[in-house]
Amino acid sequence: MLQRKGSICNTVMVYGNDFQTSAGDLLGEVEAAEAALREAAGRELAGEAGDAGGHDAGRHGAGDRDPGARDPGKERAGYFDRIISADQKIEPRDDMPDAYRKTLIRQIAQHAHSEIIGMQPEANWITRAPSLKRKAILLAKVQDEAGHGLYLYAAAETLGAAREELVDKLLTGRQKYSSIFNYPTLTWADVGVIGWLVDGAAIVNQVPLCRCSYGPYARAMIRICKEESFHQRQGYEILYTLAHGTPAQRELAQDAVDRWWYPSLAMFGPPDSESTHSEQSMQWKIKRFSNDDLRQRFVDMCVGQVEVLGLRLPDPALRWNPQRGAHDFTEPDYAELMRVISGDGPCNRQRMAHRRAAHADGGWVREAAAAYAAKQAGAEA
Amino acid sequence: MTTVEEVLGLGDDALVAAQRLAQWTARAHELEEDVALANIALDQLGAARLLLSYAGELEGAGRDEDALAYLRDDREFRNVLLVELPNGDFAVTVAKLLFLAAYQRDRYRQLAAGEDERLAGIAGKTVKESAYHLDHAALWTLRLGDGTAESHRRMQSAVDEIWPYTYELFEGNELRPGWLATVEPVLAEATLTRPDDGGWAPRGGREGRHTEHLSYLLAELQVLHRAHAGASW
Ligand SMILES: [Fe+2]
Ligand SMILES: [Fe+2]
Repeated sequence: MLQRKGSICNTVMVYGNDFQTSAGDLLGEVEAAEAALREAAGRELAGEAGDAGGHDAGRHGAGDRDPGARDPGKERAGYFDRIISADQKIEPRDDMPDAYRKTLIRQIAQHAHSEIIGMQPEANWITRAPSLKRKAILLAKVQDEAGHGLYLYAAAETLGAAREELVDKLLTGRQKYSSIFNYPTLTWADVGVIGWLVDGAAIVNQVPLCRCSYGPYARAMIRICKEESFHQRQGYEILYTLAHGTPAQRELAQDAVDRWWYPSLAMFGPPDSESTHSEQSMQWKIKRFSNDDLRQRFVDMCVGQVEVLGLRLPDPALRWNPQRGAHDFTEPDYAELMRVISGDGPCNRQRMAHRRAAHADGGWVREAAAAYAAKQAGAEA
Repeated sequence: MTTVEEVLGLGDDALVAAQRLAQWTARAHELEEDVALANIALDQLGAARLLLSYAGELEGAGRDEDALAYLRDDREFRNVLLVELPNGDFAVTVAKLLFLAAYQRDRYRQLAAGEDERLAGIAGKTVKESAYHLDHAALWTLRLGDGTAESHRRMQSAVDEIWPYTYELFEGNELRPGWLATVEPVLAEATLTRPDDGGWAPRGGREGRHTEHLSYLLAELQVLHRAHAGASW
């Protein structure tokens, strides 16, 4: 139950913490980001005492402590830039440029929607999981994803975007979710590959977001990344077991890696040469590495891991390049990525129909809960 | 003396309930409810694993939790019919959970104080979980029963539909009066009518005579495990 499980992710509760990490370095980075966040909070307090018109101005309105001494409008504009360049955090009540707010709302909402839609391909295997232990781990993992959706919608709400509004944008197709979830989970091995590659790519993408300039998003990402690293481990272990199991199991594992490798690479988005939002987001410290940098980092990470699995990545061009100090690899098919994003992936229609049906079927329950709450409030008043 | 059949009955109730609740994943009316239903499913599954492992040990034939869950046919399952009934709408799910959790809480409470130490240990843990499941189901019974006209109609029809299956819960135990003392006030506060006794009372689950639904539920649960005989996962 929610209250009982406290702050530890459910996957850990069910799974334990008893095997070798495959994402240890990244988890270390999450912890470093968390420490930096605490340190920044300390700096901020120290700064506040000596500089009444500085950081404090944005928080409580210019002139709160020093009335009339500065031009409030100018003060606010300068404040945002100072916070960004000092690597400190923007908080909900701080002044921020409209475009910054909009960019964040869009990004956080799409991330939240991805968590929610992402429940479907894995939930597809909960009722058929091949052992009771695996069933419990998978159920807990999918439940964690619902929790991630909740944290992220809450972070978006701090920017003034109501959850109902964002959910409506998802249901009406005005906001997107990660294209990876438009691929089907055809076998049990896909559950392992989603944990290893999809959660793995999500971690590589999201660890830098733990240092994002918007405080509530950075804090949500720290919590999420810690849980994602357990998700990645459980997926890796499913695959490891399959790859070292019967010939039929091994075949399931290789087939799943073959099908998910390129879609996972495409999770990092279009190549830098075609990416539209990147530059401004970098300046605002919402984004800190380019799509191509993150993709390279992911490939380099997977090469060692796939060897331990005893499986192969479906890329004949994959090899170490000593000049670059990185692996050369075949890029994913970006035309396919664009087709999936625009709605023509294998499961776009199915995922949206499922989400809309769940929402529509639950309409009478939400109405009942609201009516009951109103009656209770009326009785108390 | 605790019998294998008795422990299988408890374990199968929990396993089949978990499987039904897990079918809700990503289908609830609100994210919070997806999380709550998954929590309850996880609790039931956790209880099932402990109970089936113990049943296997009592039996002494070398069957573990997975052998019992995946390699028995429906005629060998000992759960009550109530848990295998389809989820229906959210009101049916709530009615099933309310009636089951009120029974499980009292049953586990009894076992927690019983002579079988192993069972007492398991029940000491699960009784707290059942109390939470009961709270959750009772709260939804109130919201739906005393919510809108539509939700009232649905909740009443769910209670009427599930009520006949509750008699089977009390075969071989004296728990019904206590159960009624828990359930009746919830129904009354929810402005729902408690169905009359003396009508249809389907049974047979404890002897392996189930509804048509169980075989489908098990087909789904067991398909992958059975396709790879002897494999580890
Ligand atoms: Fe997630
Ligand atoms: Fe995840």
